[in-house]
Amino acid sequence: MSTLVFLEHHGDEIQKGSLGVLTKAASLGDADAVLVGGGVKALAAEAGRHGAATVHVAEDDSLEPPLPQARVDALAKVVRDAGYDTVLFANSVLAADIAAGLAARLGAGLNWDLVDLESRDGSLVGKRPALQDSVLVDVGWKTTPRLALFRAGSFDPAPAAPGGAEPQVAEIDVELEEHSRGARVVGQEEEQPSGPSIEDADVIVAGGRGLGAPENFTLAEELARALGGAVGATRAVVDAGWYPYAAQIGQTGKVVSPKLYVALGISGAIQHKVGMQSSNVIVAINKDPNAPIFEFSDLGIVGDVHEIVPKLTELVNARKAS
Amino acid sequence: MKIAVCVKHVPEGSSRIDPASKRLDRSGEGALNHFDANAVEEALRLKGDSDEVVVVSLGPEKAADSLRKALAMGADRAILVTDPGAAGSDLVATSAILASALGRESADLVLFGQQASDGDGAVLWAAVAERLRLPVVSQAAELTLEGGSLRVKRQTEFGYDVIEAPLPAVVAVSDAINEPRYPSLKGIMGAKKKPFDTLALADLAIDPADVGEAGSKTEVLALSEPPSRGDARKIEDDGSAAQQIVDFLAEKRVI
Repeated sequence: MSTLVFLEHHGDEIQKGSLGVLTKAASLGDADAVLVGGGVKALAAEAGRHGAATVHVAEDDSLEPPLPQARVDALAKVVRDAGYDTVLFANSVLAADIAAGLAARLGAGLNWDLVDLESRDGSLVGKRPALQDSVLVDVGWKTTPRLALFRAGSFDPAPAAPGGAEPQVAEIDVELEEHSRGARVVGQEEEQPSGPSIEDADVIVAGGRGLGAPENFTLAEELARALGGAVGATRAVVDAGWYPYAAQIGQTGKVVSPKLYVALGISGAIQHKVGMQSSNVIVAINKDPNAPIFEFSDLGIVGDVHEIVPKLTELVNARKAS
Repeated sequence: MKIAVCVKHVPEGSSRIDPASKRLDRSGEGALNHFDANAVEEALRLKGDSDEVVVVSLGPEKAADSLRKALAMGADRAILVTDPGAAGSDLVATSAILASALGRESADLVLFGQQASDGDGAVLWAAVAERLRLPVVSQAAELTLEGGSLRVKRQTEFGYDVIEAPLPAVVAVSDAINEPRYPSLKGIMGAKKKPFDTLALADLAIDPADVGEAGSKTEVLALSEPPSRGDARKIEDDGSAAQQIVDFLAEKRVI
């Protein structure tokens, strides 16, 4: 099996989700990686530490804007020239468009929203939670190349110690298709200037209507800072303008699976549940003892977030200091 | 200008997977995928007096209901591609059929909703754009047209990108882009008189071997119960909740 992993980068960092998928691919067999954008050659060593033997790079500043179609051109060339039978992606707005475009270009099968991948008698089986995660579906591919998109947080990156062998770097000469040259990024606006993004965070502290007012999101932010995590939000509070869309978790936001999910004043409607229920440990605080969130929390606290959260933040900080 | 909108008829209420076919059971009541209503609304918002909005769907015969709802909202014409041979199509097969139907229309703008509420898929537009060889922009929170090109504010994990592309192009809109209108009684009555074409695979010159289950490149192998969460603890705060949470997190080794 020869596997290629698309590594998404933002600024001068490879996204943690991509490195997690690369780590998983390397655990199943030979894995290579591909990077597309400006200055990406400098990221090849990081890919090597996560198990890539060869890192294909299409380094060109004109490819840096996060648009999918030029990346489809680059990946199609790599897959055809090197004959990869599997191409894996960590899900994102960008990666989903690349994976689907590549599937159409190569006439390849794409399975998405996978949370795991197994090698069984030489063939690959993907695990996909479906119908609000009430069913686990085993999915396969009838032909190669096989394409797959993984849910955020499916795999932890496991870098090898520094000082190992450097990966081979192979440069790609990309010829863009006519239709890949149409879209241009003419402006960008960052909404999350500091802290980990919710896709990359091991800990997410999320707030809902039960926080009572937009300014009470500072409770979530302070606890997130103490726990080294990111802040998430429900659709209701994003719609109400309390918190930016980039933090929205749920059916119409992001699907996350951090090691710890702390839900503050979140009732746990199904639309939110599908976005976070595969988190490792879920702690919920809500004043309504009948809130559905308690049905899928490992620890549920019936109480007032405004009283409990400041104390909790203080205790976590005190524990870190000791 | 012609705007095409791709819409999906999705099962209503609690859905199930048929254990025999391992496909989503589509035998019950269905409705217009609500994310697609945002795409229909956006088309109607962009439509000028001389423009035409065509709604296109691939699905069972009952999908006509969802197309009629889009017509009742204000779309001008509907195309339903329905054929037993198309059932079970995966992404690659579905995109081939839709691209073929859209190719006959040569629309200036092709719109999609941000996801299907049944399959949770959020990828089809990029595959269709690739087959039509058109620029694609997804997750559009704002869309404006000006002089043969479009401008989109795209929501991303990091904030917003402003993207421009020449028409014709494919755009998937976010559900934050607008509030879909409800069809008026007049709209519902008028919808019955609007042009409605029903096409089979043969009408699109598609070989059934290339689509449906036979032409799909992915397959469902098995269904199982997801692992359960184990025991949930629920306690009332008696003033010691913060300490109990810290102890619990320490026990779980997450702090």
